[in-house]
Amino acid sequence: MKFAVIVFPGSNCDLDMYHAVKDELGEEAEYVWHDSTDLSGYDGILLPGGFSYGDYLRCGAIAQSSAVMDEVKKAVEAGKPVLGICNGFQILTEAGLLPGVLLRNKNLKFMCKTVGLKVENANTLFTSEYADGQEIQIPIAHGEGNYYCDDATYEQLKKNNQIVFSYADDFNGSRNNIAGIINERGNVLGMMPHPERAVTDLIGGSDGLALFKSIVKQWREANVSHA
Amino acid sequence: MKKVKIYVTLRESVLDPQGSAVMGSLHKMGYAEIEDVRIGKYLELMVSDDARDIDALVNEMCQKLLTNTVIEDYRFEIEEAVSQ
Repeated sequence: MKFAVIVFPGSNCDLDMYHAVKDELGEEAEYVWHDSTDLSGYDGILLPGGFSYGDYLRCGAIAQSSAVMDEVKKAVEAGKPVLGICNGFQILTEAGLLPGVLLRNKNLKFMCKTVGLKVENANTLFTSEYADGQEIQIPIAHGEGNYYCDDATYEQLKKNNQIVFSYADDFNGSRNNIAGIINERGNVLGMMPHPERAVTDLIGGSDGLALFKSIVKQWREANVSHA
Repeated sequence: MKKVKIYVTLRESVLDPQGSAVMGSLHKMGYAEIEDVRIGKYLELMVSDDARDIDALVNEMCQKLLTNTVIEDYRFEIEEAVSQ
C-alpha cells in the first residue's frame, strides 16, 4: 500500500506519520508538497499535524484552500482512506470533508500529554484492529482541540456511528468528549490525538499502531486478489 | 480605492473562552458591571475601484475563507479609502 504524507508549510508531524507507515509497517510512503496536483498514484492520504500556515486566520483555514486539497477531495470521492491527525483534522473540517470545527481548548492552554481514549466504533476501516469500548493510551498535543458542532450535526454523528474515538476524561471541552470522527461514507477519519506518536514501546507506547494496521489490512482485503 | 472593514465574531451559541478569561480579569480589577465579553477579529481589505460588485465579492470571500460560518458571524462596512 502506498501512502501520501501531505506536507504543508508548518506541518511538523509529517516525519512521525512517515515513520509509522514506512518503518513500523513496512508500507510505501512519500512526502507530497501542498501544491501537488496529482494524488492518483497513492492508495491512502495522510494529513499530518502541525501548524499549517502558522494557523493564521483559523487553524486549517488557509491549508484547506491549497491546491492539493482539490486532489484530496478527489481521493475521498474515489473511496480512498484519508486520515487527518490534529492539524490534519482541523484542515478536514475547514475543507468541509468532516462536520464541525475545532475551537480553542476550554482552559485556553496548549496541552501535551498522553490521555486515555475510548474506541467508540471498531467497525471502521481505521479501527478494525481495536475492539469496541477498548481504552487505549495516545498522546495529545493541541491548543485548539475542542470539538464543536451544533445539535443537529451531533445527532447525525450519533445516529450514523460517526464518533470513532472519545476522551476518557473531559480536558479540552469537546462536545461529549469527542476525539475523532469519521465521514458518513467511512473513508475519512479526523482525530486530535496522535496515534503516529505511539507506534513503538521505545517511545512510550504502541497503542496507535493498530490504527495504521487496520487501514492496511482493510486495503489488502479490498484490493489484493486471493486467486 | 475602497476600504472594507470586516468584523468577525463568534456566534452567540459558541462558548468564547478567551472572552470569559478577559471578563474574569475585568471583574478582578473591580469592573463588576461587565456582564459579558466576546472577542472577535477585525480585517481590513483594500479593494480597487474597478472591482465587480464589492458586496458580493466580500460575502463570497467571507464564506470561502475569511470566516467559518459554523462558529462565526460577520458583518462589514465599505468606505472610500483616504489616499496616503
